[in-house]
Amino acid sequence: MSFTLTEEQSLLRDQVRAVCDEHAQPEILRELITSNVGWREELWRVMGELGLLGAAIPESYGGVGLGALELALINQELGRAVAPVPFFSSTCMAAEAIKHAATPAQQAQWLPDLASGTRIATFAWAEGPGSPSTRPLSTTVAGARISGAKMPVPDAGVADFCVVLADRKGEDTLAVVELDQAQVGRTTLDGFDELRHHAEIRFDDARCEVLEGASGSAVVAQLFDTFATLQAFEQVGGAEGALYMARDYTLERHIFGRQLGSYQAVKHKLADILAALELASANALHAAASPGNTIAAATARIGSTEVYETAARENLQLHGGIGFTWEANCHFHYRRARLLALSLGSIEAWTDVLIDALADEADPSRAA
Amino acid sequence: MSEQSQLDEYRSRARAWLAEHAAEYATPREFSEAELVARSKAWVRKKFDAGYSAIAEPTSAGGAGGSAQQAAIFAQEEARYHTPTFTGVSIGFAMTMAAVKRHGTPEQYNHFGTLTHRGDITWCQLFSEPAAGSDLAGLRTRAVKNGDSWVVNGQKVWSSWAHHADWGILIARSDPTLPKHNGLTFFLVDMKSPGVEVRPIRQITGNSDFNETFLTDVVVPDGNRIGAEGEGWACCMTVLATERNQSRTGGSGRGDRPGSVRALIRQAAATPRDGGSALDSQAARAKLARWFVQEQGLKNFAARLSAQAKTGDPLPPTVALVKLISATLLQQTQAFLMDLDEYAGAFSTEEHDREEVFYQYLWSSALRIAGGADEVLRNQLAERALEMPGEMRADKGVPFNELPY
Repeated sequence: MSFTLTEEQSLLRDQVRAVCDEHAQPEILRELITSNVGWREELWRVMGELGLLGAAIPESYGGVGLGALELALINQELGRAVAPVPFFSSTCMAAEAIKHAATPAQQAQWLPDLASGTRIATFAWAEGPGSPSTRPLSTTVAGARISGAKMPVPDAGVADFCVVLADRKGEDTLAVVELDQAQVGRTTLDGFDELRHHAEIRFDDARCEVLEGASGSAVVAQLFDTFATLQAFEQVGGAEGALYMARDYTLERHIFGRQLGSYQAVKHKLADILAALELASANALHAAASPGNTIAAATARIGSTEVYETAARENLQLHGGIGFTWEANCHFHYRRARLLALSLGSIEAWTDVLIDALADEADPSRAA
Repeated sequence: MSEQSQLDEYRSRARAWLAEHAAEYATPREFSEAELVARSKAWVRKKFDAGYSAIAEPTSAGGAGGSAQQAAIFAQEEARYHTPTFTGVSIGFAMTMAAVKRHGTPEQYNHFGTLTHRGDITWCQLFSEPAAGSDLAGLRTRAVKNGDSWVVNGQKVWSSWAHHADWGILIARSDPTLPKHNGLTFFLVDMKSPGVEVRPIRQITGNSDFNETFLTDVVVPDGNRIGAEGEGWACCMTVLATERNQSRTGGSGRGDRPGSVRALIRQAAATPRDGGSALDSQAARAKLARWFVQEQGLKNFAARLSAQAKTGDPLPPTVALVKLISATLLQQTQAFLMDLDEYAGAFSTEEHDREEVFYQYLWSSALRIAGGADEVLRNQLAERALEMPGEMRADKGVPFNELPY
């Protein structure tokens, strides 16, 4: 894969940025938090019309049939704007899980609606505190029935169906559950990032359909590598947004008779963030070009998590007291960076994934 | 014949020629400095005679009059061999010739180009001074015009391998009444001129790769001035841009070589600690993961840069991050290798030879300073990539001889 974007890829990125500029402005984000709506249906509809929701879904299933990199670039722009849409839940996680683990017939059943945006899906894995690899899972599948509880589940309130990670006879399996049934209960959670609502979902012998294309812990681990890679782009985009917000503010703000951005303490802080961001971006691109490579995915995940958190924190810091106000836009990234750092597993969890993979590579007998 | 098949034929001819001649000039494992210099010059001469020296440069300047593609092909093929590379040759071919070609006269370029590309002379750089490093334009070496020549007095430092170089590129102050960047002029100096004295600097490694060069009433003919009087800073910028370009992929391709993070992980796993290994420590894992992210980031960033370079676009200003990150990474990873063995890590024994780790740890401190100190690189990233304001300068517009220090 080439590391420079093609003209089509640049155009795609610009298109998403323009859509976000219109539909994910800070005023809109503030309004969504105040009204406790948590997502912008209008933006979702526009993205569906533009084909962005089916970017990486094959044409035979109603998508546009582009690659993982295009999906990632869209996610990067959404991250930059902290766009209030269930794109990561539905388009990145649920659709990718179905592509990975469903039979062709099952893909034909669910992917077209996700590609058009007429239905929204999400992915449920966590069961309270613990890393994504915590086992055993208490959510279990027997036949075509599922029981258990998942929390937190992103965008569960607006989702029509959910891909659930569950235990079937001691093995990791993925099952699709329609959420609009009596045996499913949803409780909205009081979340740290109010621009991405989460819920607890309880399954009480609910109907489900197991994805029969592939199952097992190796498949799930590979799926998390894909998620981590795609989210790395969202984090890189968020870090970019925070970095340039900070840069612009320090050029505008004057202090002691000169631009705040002319002080070396400020310049060096932002230079360090830029350097880390460039490396995180290069690592994310490499991971997107290396599907199935755990080392590349963990590398992307760790670097992008760290740089987004740093950029979000220092952006607020450089805004001074203004940054602590509701009217300034720093809090969107400040909260989002935290949420993303936790969502697919902490830095510590991914550090173990990375170091263990590298150690196994050096000494294959360890892996056994 | 199509262009591609012509290039293919060029490559196979170059390959055959190298197969016949390169091995004879290979750098031996143990070599004296003098031997390396002699072999390097002889190898340049050998290439010159066969039309493989300065391939893309005109024959009037000692080049082969070929194309940039041919030069790239030959460089790829030559990279398969351990051909001798005395720094004085690359300073001549790349940095010196870039300045002479751009700022000098055609006659100067043809004359010095031929001497350089034929392997007759090698070069060193006489730029930095004891009080002018990052602030190079604050240099004090004086050049006073006297009829058809100049008389130079001053002291230069950090001239790599100047004791083996035949000629030097010199920047000196020709007019101290002008603000500091404006009063500089660029010269080519014969290192055998009376008044040139090269003294080795003993570095913290114990080696002496660099020198101090004392210039006492050194006479430089005006014909060896490059560019106009006062054009010295522009010449310097040409040289430094060429130098940066050459080192743009520094820190990349670290792979599994000694000192790579993969090697560190292997070593930590093999170091017993409290019934397990040093790799069981979460603190060690956190550091190793962070370093691996940086190391891979540099490699992947370099891959993006080379993809960009192929499109002919100029390198982005973010290239400054390569040395900024890699120098500190080297310092930290080498310290970790010593940490693994606790107290014993500070000693090199027959059983545990740590000379290389000691050397790399010491060398990393120089790497953080040479060719743009960390602080200068951060300024560059902020000013060129993030387009933030330049530093406030107390000496801006002030004649050099009116500066208080």
